[in-house]
Amino acid sequence: MTVIAAPRIVPPSERNLKNYTGLGQNVRNTLTMAYRGLVKIRRTPEQLIDVTVQPIVFTLMFAYIFGGAIAGDVQNYLPTLIPGILVQTVITTSVVTGVQLREDMDKGVFDRFRTLPIARIAPLSGALLADTVRYAIATTMTFAVGYLMGYHPAGGLWNVILASLLVIACSWAISWIFAFFGVIARTASSVQGISMLILFPLTFLSNAYVPIDTLPTWLAWFASINPISHLVTAVRDLVNEGTVGPDLWTTLLGAAVIVAVFAPLTVRAYMRKA
Amino acid sequence: MGPMTTTPTDWAVEAEGLVKTFGTNRAVDGVDLRVKSGTVYGVLGPNGAGKTTTINMLATLLRPDGGTGRIFGHDVVREPQIVRQLIGVTGQFASVDETLSATENLIIFGRLLGLSRIEAKAKSVELLERFSLTEAAKRPLKKFSGGMRRRLDLAASLIAQPPLIFLDEPTTGLDPRTRGEMWDTIRDLVASGSTVLLTTQYLDEADQLADRIAVIDRGRVVAEGTPDELKTSVGSSSLQLRVMDPRDTDATMEAIERILGVHGTLSPEASRITAPMAEPDRVTDLLLALRQSGIGLDEISVQKPTLDEVFLTLTGHDAADQNQPEAQNAEGEKEEVLA
Repeated sequence: MTVIAAPRIVPPSERNLKNYTGLGQNVRNTLTMAYRGLVKIRRTPEQLIDVTVQPIVFTLMFAYIFGGAIAGDVQNYLPTLIPGILVQTVITTSVVTGVQLREDMDKGVFDRFRTLPIARIAPLSGALLADTVRYAIATTMTFAVGYLMGYHPAGGLWNVILASLLVIACSWAISWIFAFFGVIARTASSVQGISMLILFPLTFLSNAYVPIDTLPTWLAWFASINPISHLVTAVRDLVNEGTVGPDLWTTLLGAAVIVAVFAPLTVRAYMRKA
Repeated sequence: MGPMTTTPTDWAVEAEGLVKTFGTNRAVDGVDLRVKSGTVYGVLGPNGAGKTTTINMLATLLRPDGGTGRIFGHDVVREPQIVRQLIGVTGQFASVDETLSATENLIIFGRLLGLSRIEAKAKSVELLERFSLTEAAKRPLKKFSGGMRRRLDLAASLIAQPPLIFLDEPTTGLDPRTRGEMWDTIRDLVASGSTVLLTTQYLDEADQLADRIAVIDRGRVVAEGTPDELKTSVGSSSLQLRVMDPRDTDATMEAIERILGVHGTLSPEASRITAPMAEPDRVTDLLLALRQSGIGLDEISVQKPTLDEVFLTLTGHDAADQNQPEAQNAEGEKEEVLA
């Protein structure tokens, strides 16, 4: 048996020390933390239920329940429904970012991150980055289920990919809101509670499942200014018509505004604790 | 080795008047510590005395409300990122990812510390081997024993080979054998040139490992010195005797006073005599004298000073858990906390 001696310690005076983290290190640390998030997902695959099973169940359920009533039959409803359910599912998934961030920050390993000479922001930015993988899975699942049910987007594959990227980007933007709750909330369950309270009305009071003109006037007004409606319309334009409408630009602008407001808020609240 | 004069960086840790307040509770109330490079320094005290809070301030986890802390001359508040490049921290609670394996944990920490993928992998293999964790490397941490988890925690603190390592109660909750292994590991660390600052609730542990000890009580350092100095200040071990015939008690007490030169005390049950034992050599004389006087002994034992006794001597109150009651009566200086 070999005894492995401890390697000789380099004295502090011979070390190259710096009291800042450069941009390169920020990016590298973020990527490592994102990798950590992905390894955790691989270790606990049950975390993926919301992005795998939920799109299947919801798509089937909504298509067969509402299809006949809203569009005459299921096949005619799919071009309306798939973009709607896609947006709802993926956006809902972004809540997990905040919940997991809270859980992570309560654990001992977070204290270790705080004692390492790494970019302070990395645990937060890494988590947000890793979650885009979840959005991608949910997006793929929804389109796949739709395809199997006989939905063949008229816009073609290229536009489907473009629409997917749009939804993923918007979910990432919105996840900053939930990350903010995650940083300031006391418990993970309260993050979940607050977030659902906001998301549920927001996603349903939109054009995701029904045409807006069937709604009462006051509700139609809300649904038409709801950013979720704009995102749904933009996705429908892309996948069904292959066109880029004004809704796409409105949506991107909205997403940019959310990031511009919540990213600094979240980072500031986070840095105070980190 | 180094220069002849004492330069500032000869001190691994310099804390001056550190204060941390939580609400009305002054958890750390003006702590001064100086730890020389290449030594093991023990911070000894009961639960809630302020040990962990002190370490957290020195490890940049908590911002001090008062005073200054420097690590190898670098201020913990002004140069936190430099301090973090010089320290490794092993906390009281698992500071590794439960859901990941030991290897995955070490690789991620290695990557965060700037190692390449290959270097991080090699480092994790090396550390797992050094801490006898190779066989458990791929197992989920949930199946780790307390000792294995502590070792992995320590391994994770050593990836960057920091010159200063904080160990917060490294052996609390471990069985005696695992505790012994941990002590060996800590000695190895110092042999390789590290400085270690450890906290402990056990006088024995501080005695075994530390070159110097600070006794901390209610957020203050109440005594500081080498283990020998500290033990001498407490009075060393004590001799305990039980005489066969209680009628001989007075004669025995008289003999103790005459030969050892100290006052014996009688335990409440009036059958056991306890006497401080400064010079073990004279105990032989005492025992011979008792034999000559025909006094028979039922029991004889030597008791080392316990943390309780150290505390009682140094502070006038015992080392009861200081976590909760302190919040209310932190002002009252010498209240007796009866356990």
